[in-house]
Amino acid sequence: MSADLSIILPEIFLSVFAMIGLLVGAYGGKDKLAPLFVWVTSALLVAVAAWIGLQGAGMARAFGGMFVDDAFARFAKVTILLAAAAILLMSEQYMARRDLLRFEYPLLIVLASVGMMMMVSAGDLIALYMGLELQSLSLYVVAALRRDSVKSTEAGLKYFVLGALSSGLLLYGASLTYGFTGTTLFSGIIEAAQGETSVGLLFGLAFIAAGLAFKVSAAPFHMWTPDVYEGSPTPVTAFFATAPKVAAMGLFARVVHDAFGGIVGDWQQILAALSVASMFLGAVAAIGQRNIKRLMAYSSIAHMGYALMGLASGTAQGVESMLIYMAIYVTMNVGTFAFILSMEKDGQPVVEIDSLSLYSKREPVKALAMLVLLFSLAGVPPLVGFFAKYSVLLAAVEAGLVWLAVLGVIASVIGAFYYLRIVYLMYFGAEESELDAGGSGVLWGFLVVSAAAMVLGVINLFGVEGAAAAAAATLVN
Amino acid sequence: MLLDNLLSIIIFIPLIAAAILGLFLRGNDEAAQTNAKYVALAATIASLLASLFLLAGFDPDDTGFQFVEEGTWILGLTYKLGVDGISVLFILLTTFLMPITILACWEVKDRVKEYMIAFLVLETLMLGVFCALDLVLFYLFFEGGLIPMFLIIGIWGGANRIYAAFKFFLYTFFGSVLMLVAMVAMYVDAGTSDIAALLNHNFGSDTMEVLGVQILGGMQTLLWLAFFASFAVKMPMWPVHTWLPDAHVQAPTAGSVVLAAILLKLGGYGFLRFNLPMFPIASEILADFVLWLSAIAIVYTSLVALMQEDMKKLIAYSSVAHMGYVTAGIFAANQQGVDGAIFQMLSHGFISGALFLCVGVIYDRMHTREIDAYGGLVNRMPAYAAVFMLFTMANVGLPGTSGFVGEFLTLMGIFQANTWVAAVAATGVILSAAYALWLYRRVVMGDLIKESLKSITDMTTREKSIFAPLIVMTILLGVYPSLVTDVIGPSVADLLSGYQTAVSDFHATSQVADAGGH
Repeated sequence: MSADLSIILPEIFLSVFAMIGLLVGAYGGKDKLAPLFVWVTSALLVAVAAWIGLQGAGMARAFGGMFVDDAFARFAKVTILLAAAAILLMSEQYMARRDLLRFEYPLLIVLASVGMMMMVSAGDLIALYMGLELQSLSLYVVAALRRDSVKSTEAGLKYFVLGALSSGLLLYGASLTYGFTGTTLFSGIIEAAQGETSVGLLFGLAFIAAGLAFKVSAAPFHMWTPDVYEGSPTPVTAFFATAPKVAAMGLFARVVHDAFGGIVGDWQQILAALSVASMFLGAVAAIGQRNIKRLMAYSSIAHMGYALMGLASGTAQGVESMLIYMAIYVTMNVGTFAFILSMEKDGQPVVEIDSLSLYSKREPVKALAMLVLLFSLAGVPPLVGFFAKYSVLLAAVEAGLVWLAVLGVIASVIGAFYYLRIVYLMYFGAEESELDAGGSGVLWGFLVVSAAAMVLGVINLFGVEGAAAAAAATLVN
Repeated sequence: MLLDNLLSIIIFIPLIAAAILGLFLRGNDEAAQTNAKYVALAATIASLLASLFLLAGFDPDDTGFQFVEEGTWILGLTYKLGVDGISVLFILLTTFLMPITILACWEVKDRVKEYMIAFLVLETLMLGVFCALDLVLFYLFFEGGLIPMFLIIGIWGGANRIYAAFKFFLYTFFGSVLMLVAMVAMYVDAGTSDIAALLNHNFGSDTMEVLGVQILGGMQTLLWLAFFASFAVKMPMWPVHTWLPDAHVQAPTAGSVVLAAILLKLGGYGFLRFNLPMFPIASEILADFVLWLSAIAIVYTSLVALMQEDMKKLIAYSSVAHMGYVTAGIFAANQQGVDGAIFQMLSHGFISGALFLCVGVIYDRMHTREIDAYGGLVNRMPAYAAVFMLFTMANVGLPGTSGFVGEFLTLMGIFQANTWVAAVAATGVILSAAYALWLYRRVVMGDLIKESLKSITDMTTREKSIFAPLIVMTILLGVYPSLVTDVIGPSVADLLSGYQTAVSDFHATSQVADAGGH
C-alpha cells in the first residue's frame, strides 16, 4: 500500500496543497491572499513538473494497475503542469484588474491539474472517469468565474451541460466495454479485445471515442468550444486551449493503445474521420470569425485534427508525433494568448481582430513575435509549427494513410488564410491601432520567449523529440 | 577549417546580419536608416565574396556533390549541404544580384530596417534552397521564402498589394504542400531524406490503380505530379501563372527584381534536382505534356504581353514566356536542352532583373507604370535610353547577348525532342521582339510632348553603377557562353546519362513484359 502511495505522491501532494489552500483562504484573508496563491501555486506546479520530469526511466503500476506511471504519463504531466503554471502567471494581472482574482481560482486550477494527471495515468475505466470528472468539474467553475457576466455564466452552463452529455456517452461506452470484456482494467480489456471483435464492444469503443472527442473538441463534437472560449474570461480560455487539451489527447492515446491496442483497425477509421472533420471545420469556420477568441477556438479544433492524425496512425511513431505536436501546440498557444491578454484599449480587454490594424507601427516587437507565432500556427517552415505538422504527416504516411495526409495539407492551406489575415491587419492595415501600448512585463516575456522558441527550436526542438520517442515506446509495444 | 563550412557561411551571413539589425539597431531616424542600408549592403557583398571562393574551389569535372557538410538534425533528418554543377551557378546568381537589389532600394523611406531584414532573410532562404541536400531542409528553405516575400509585397507594395500578397502566398503555398506529402512518401519509401542517396534510389514505376484510375508509371508519376504542382506554380507555368503578374505589379522594385531574377528559378532548379533525375520514367511519360504546356505558355503569354498597358505587367508576362523555354528545355532531356535551360535561367536572372530596375528608375521619378504616361524619354535621358535598349534587345534574344544563347540552345534541344513544339515555341522569338520593341518605342522614342516629362532627369551615378555589372554579365555571357556551359556541362551530362539508362531499362522491361503477355 505504501508503495502504491509513493507512486502517486505528486498527485497526493498537489491535492493536499489545494485543500490546505482552501482552508487557509476560507478562514484567512480570502481574496487578499489570491496574488500570493497564484505565485505559490505556479512555483509549486513547476516544482512538481521538475520532480516528475527528473524521475528517470521506469514504469510502475499502483492499485492493481488502476494507476500507471510510465514515460508517457510523465511526458504528458510535465507538459500539463508547465502549461498550467504559465497560464496562471499570465492571468494574475488580468484577473486582479477585473476583480476576478479570487483565491479559489489558482486552487481550482491545481485541482483540474490533478484530474489531468490522473487522466493520463489512468489504467482503468473507473480511474479514467474519476480523473476526467475532477478535471471537468473544476473547469466548469472557472469558466463561470465572472459571475456578473451573462456570457461567462452562459459559457459555464453550456460547458457543463455538454460536458455532462459527453460524460454520459463515455460512461455508456465504458459500461458496454465492461459488459463485453468483463473487466474495467485496461490490461484486461486488451486481452479480451483481440482479433474479431463483437459488435457490443465496438459500440463501447465508439461511445468512448465520442466522449473523448468531446473533451479534445474534435469535430463533430466541437460545438461547445467557440462559445465557451468566447464567454470565459480570457485567461481561462487560455487555460482551456492548453493543458486540458494535452490531458484529453493523452487520455485518448492511453485508451486506444492500452485498452484497445489489439484492434487498431477498428478505431483507426474513427480517429481518421474525426481528424479530417476537425481539420476542415477548424480551417473553414475560422475564416468568418472577427473575435480572436472564437478564432482561436476554431484554430484549436483544427490543431486537434492534426494531433488526431498522428494518433490515427496507430503506431509508436504516431503517438510520438502526437506528443511532439501537443508540446509545440501548447507553446504556441501560451504565446498567442499572452498576446491576446495584452490586447487592451483604455484598460478594457479587446477581442476584435480589426482593432489590430497597423499594430506593428505601435508595438514592433510584440507584432513581430505574434507574426512568428501566427506563421508557426499556420505550419509554415522554417518555424517549429511546421515540424509539428511534418511529424504527424510522416506518421500518417508511414502507416499508409496517404489520403489523410493529403487532406491534412489541403486543410492547412485553407487554415493559413485566417492566420495571414491577422498578419495583414497588423502589418498592412490602413488606420493606426488604438490599442494601449506597453502592458505587463510577464505577458511580454511569455510572448517573446514563446516566439523565440518557434525560431530557435528549429535547431534541435529542445530535446522534446527524444522524450516523446521514449514516451511513445512505453505506450505502444 | 573555414572552407569546410563555406556553404553555411555563404548562407548564414545575411541571416546573421539580419539578426544584428533586428536586435541591436535602435531608433528610426535618418542615421539608423542609413546604417541599416550599409549593414545590409556589407552583408550581401560579404556573401558574394565568399561565394567567389566557392567558384574558385569548384571542380566542374567532378559530377558528385562538392563542399558537402553533414550534421545530424531533428526527426531523423540531416543537415546536409552541397553543390554540384547544376546548383553552383545559381548560388552565384543570387549572391551577385542581392547587393544590386539592396542598392536598388536605397531610396525607400518607410520602415527601412524591416525592409532590409526581410531581404536578408530572403537571401538566406534562397541560397539554402540551392545548397540543401536533405528533402525537408530543401522544403524548409523553399517554403520559408514565402514569409519575407509576403511581407515585402504586403508592406511596401503598390495600391492593390494586399490582394497580390494573399494571392502570392496562398497560390504558392497550395502548390507546395502536396510536394511535402510526396517528400514524406519518398522518405518512407527510400528510408532516407538525403537527396544524394535519393538520386540513386529507384522509385517504383509499375502501373498502379488509384481511385479506379490506371496510373502509368505508378508511384513515380504520382510523386512527379506532386513536385510538378509545386514547381510549376513557382516557375510559373501556364495556366497557373496568374499570381505572377499581380505580385510583380504590386511588389516594390527590389521585390520584383528578386522575384523575377531568383525566386522564379527555384522552380526550374527543382525540376532539375527532383523531377528529371529522381522520376525519369514519369518524366519520359509526361514530357510531351510539359512540352506542349510550355509551347502554349510561350505563345499565349507573349500575346498577352503585347496588350499590356502597365510596364511591369508586360515584363512579368514576358518572364512567363521565357520560363516556357526553360521548362521545355528541361523536359527535352538532352544536353542542349538542359544546358540551354540553365543558361536561360541565369541569363533571364540578369535581364529581367535589369528590366524591372529600368521600370523602377522611371517609376521613382514619375510614380506611374502606365506606358501611355511616357514617350520620348530619349530626349531627356540618353543614358537611360541606351541601357533600356540593351536589355530590351537582350530580352528579345539578340545575338551577342546572353538571351540569344539561352533561347538558341533550348530551341535546339526542343527541336530534337519534339519538332512541332519547337516550331510553335520559335514563334515566341518573333512575338517577344514585337512586344519588347513596341514597348521601347512607346516609352523611349518619339518626341517628348508630355508636360510632366519635361523636367525628368537622367540616371544618377548610383543607378548607373547598379546597371554596370548587369550589362557586363549580359554581354560577357552572350559572347563567351562556355563560361557557363563548361561548369554545368559535366553535371548535366551525368544527370542525363542516368536518365537515359533508367528510361531504356524501363522500355526494355516493358517490351519483355509485352512479349511475355503474347
